[in-house]
Amino acid sequence: MLTIATGNKAVAAAVRELHPAVIAAYPITPQTEIVEQIAAYVTSGELDSRYIPVESEHSAMAACIGASATGSRTFTATSSHGLLYMHEMVNWAAGARLPIVMANVNRAIGPGWNIWAEHTDAFQERDTGWLQVYVSTVQEAFDTTIMAFRIAEHEDVLLPVMVNLDGFLLSHSMQSLQTFAPGDFVPPLSLPHAIDTANPAGYGMLTGPGDYFRFRWEIERSMRRATAVIAGTEQEFARRFGRTYGVAEEYRYDDADVVVIAMGTLGKEAEVAVDTLRTEGVKAGSLRIRWFRPFPVLDLGGRDLVVIDRDYSFGFGGVIAGSLKAKFRADPYSVIAGLGGQEVTFDDIAGFVRDRRPGEEHWFGVDGNV
Amino acid sequence: MLVVPACCTSVIQGIFPHTAVNVPVYNIAFAAAAACASGMSEALRKAGKKTNVVVYAGDGGTVDIGIQALSGAFERGTDLLYVCYDNEAYSNTGMQRSGATPAGAWTTTTPAGKSQVKKDFDAIVAAHNPPYMATACVAYPQDIFRKVGKALSIRGPTFLHVLAPCPTGWRFSSDLTMEIGRLAVKSGMWILYEREYGKVTINAVSKAAIRNPIPIEDYLAPQGRFRGISRKAVDTLRSQAGRMAERLQRQEDGVC
Amino acid sequence: MYEIRIHCRGGEGGVTAARLIALAAFRDGRYAMAWPFYGAERRGAPVVSFVRIDDRPIRVYSQISNPDLVVVLDPTVMDVVDVYHGLKPGGIVLLNAPGAGQVPGHRTYTVDLTGIALTLNLVIAGSPVLDTSVVGAVAKLGIIAMDSAKRAVAEMFPDERNVRAAEAAYQGLVV
Repeated sequence: MLTIATGNKAVAAAVRELHPAVIAAYPITPQTEIVEQIAAYVTSGELDSRYIPVESEHSAMAACIGASATGSRTFTATSSHGLLYMHEMVNWAAGARLPIVMANVNRAIGPGWNIWAEHTDAFQERDTGWLQVYVSTVQEAFDTTIMAFRIAEHEDVLLPVMVNLDGFLLSHSMQSLQTFAPGDFVPPLSLPHAIDTANPAGYGMLTGPGDYFRFRWEIERSMRRATAVIAGTEQEFARRFGRTYGVAEEYRYDDADVVVIAMGTLGKEAEVAVDTLRTEGVKAGSLRIRWFRPFPVLDLGGRDLVVIDRDYSFGFGGVIAGSLKAKFRADPYSVIAGLGGQEVTFDDIAGFVRDRRPGEEHWFGVDGNV
Repeated sequence: MLVVPACCTSVIQGIFPHTAVNVPVYNIAFAAAAACASGMSEALRKAGKKTNVVVYAGDGGTVDIGIQALSGAFERGTDLLYVCYDNEAYSNTGMQRSGATPAGAWTTTTPAGKSQVKKDFDAIVAAHNPPYMATACVAYPQDIFRKVGKALSIRGPTFLHVLAPCPTGWRFSSDLTMEIGRLAVKSGMWILYEREYGKVTINAVSKAAIRNPIPIEDYLAPQGRFRGISRKAVDTLRSQAGRMAERLQRQEDGVC
Repeated sequence: MYEIRIHCRGGEGGVTAARLIALAAFRDGRYAMAWPFYGAERRGAPVVSFVRIDDRPIRVYSQISNPDLVVVLDPTVMDVVDVYHGLKPGGIVLLNAPGAGQVPGHRTYTVDLTGIALTLNLVIAGSPVLDTSVVGAVAKLGIIAMDSAKRAVAEMFPDERNVRAAEAAYQGLVV
């Protein structure tokens, strides 16, 4: 069906197509519309999930873990402080090898209270074993949520997946949306280690130093296998439903001398900056990283890189910039912009490219830091 | 000083660089208010200061996500006043159900009306045997004033549960707020009472309401959130209110 | 690309108005994006909503700094917000106001949305409904087709008084 919807509603519409058995969620701005729409679907009978209005986010993830452990498909959604409050359980979900899908509406962390877009919340979970993907349009939010379930539940993965969308910028922005029933593109969940009273086992038991590290390796092994699963899923999605995404979206990239790298809506708006720069004779391109975990293999070539981090790791640097340096020995111009919903326009992005100084870090808007 | 977790007050305070409140306000994460206040109280008392530490929280941050911290603070006998202003939903985030939402009420996450009853949070607090706790309602401001003064004069954990009708969420015109508050009390749906060192005193206006309540329907009718409420849910509300009144009366009489 | 900025107070329907306009543009076969900028989330606070309409996919998410059209649903907001900020030369102002009104230096249209709402008794929790009617006024300005506007209103709000409000605004727009 072709309609117009917000990013939040797109996520909820995708969840409706996948009918998780259990959805446990707690409200937090700017995620609330996802939860409200799901509650409306459940009440009207369009979605036959059991919706648990839990008393906190920690309990939301704990409830999802419990439900998923029985072999049931589960979903939750949160943002910022909610994500941080469930941090312990987020770790647990990956360690327990449960294919939970969670939508995270990226929002800054207080104090001061800030309800606007920033990626630091999700990056706080980057070491947990969750797969992470970042979307930039309403359609992509729908499509990626569908794919997330297939990838998470794939026998070579069996790890939870976090779908990230920028708070307000995408969660509350209305764009066109084509919804569809995925059919057998997402087969029913078959969890090999689901609780089975006929074959009783202990789950998550005390595990000694001689054994524990092997379980950690298993997580990483699945994370590495996920790369192929993601590629295969996206190819199959393109074949069946006509839209291609990939681990990173390239725009005017092949012949670019300088590339803007960003995630989420900034990664999409960067394309407009690229078009502006091209009219000035600058061979600019952009690369919007989508899959952040597993971190993708990128062909950066010899291009100048302008990396925009809508996040920060204090005492270290921008997370994307740091990742690229570590993984590919890149030497980017690292721009820190958009924190707490700071306004960043395509003009600003074009400015970052024009003023670039490779190897340096620039905090957009901070006095004296030009 | 006020300790304010995520709630409507987080927004009402104002936005940086202004504050609308004439005492220090410490904003803290949703689940942590009573724990944060505990730390403040202990530090202040150790320093010999008498500053009142007041948690000012909504129902969500009290009866749901904040319950653990509150229980701990009260069990430890912490010297603080905990004020819960109860608009019976997560209002700051747009009116989702909380444990304090009454049966039959529409919220955005209970579009067909909440099936569970309102959590009897006062009973939970009472189980901690605080030296003083009381209920109040915005329609009776002088009663609030008196009860706050009483609470602050007592050392140890004190609790004030204030019914705060919300025009936006309960769906009534904002000029009716006080009237809705009065109807809540007069119908017996909200009982004004105090519990001081375990001794219950039902306040006069509620005593009268228990003897001679106005029909619950008179309270429900002006609120859009109860439009279309089922007969069964109304009966649930009525019987829950009746049981609360009976229990409080027995406690007041010392029979219980 | 056509850019619209809508000013009002929280609870008055600015966000919904933006969504209705975007939906109408979408039904016109064009690309559209609508979104709000929330300040503090509470009734009465100034709220700004945005709509972009184009014939190609819209990739801009930053705020509109140079609108083609400024819509003011609540003129009292003008005491605290510079609603004309960045309005393009030759840009239009659409005011919810009874009678004609001219804003110096800008092409101004007025329509009595509040009056229309009160006449139709389109009032929710004490507030007159302004979002479904303003779409009709925007259609009169030629930005969206009236058929699409009415279709968008009917899709989002089944109560047929809303479509009548849009028609009344279409008729009642004063140059």
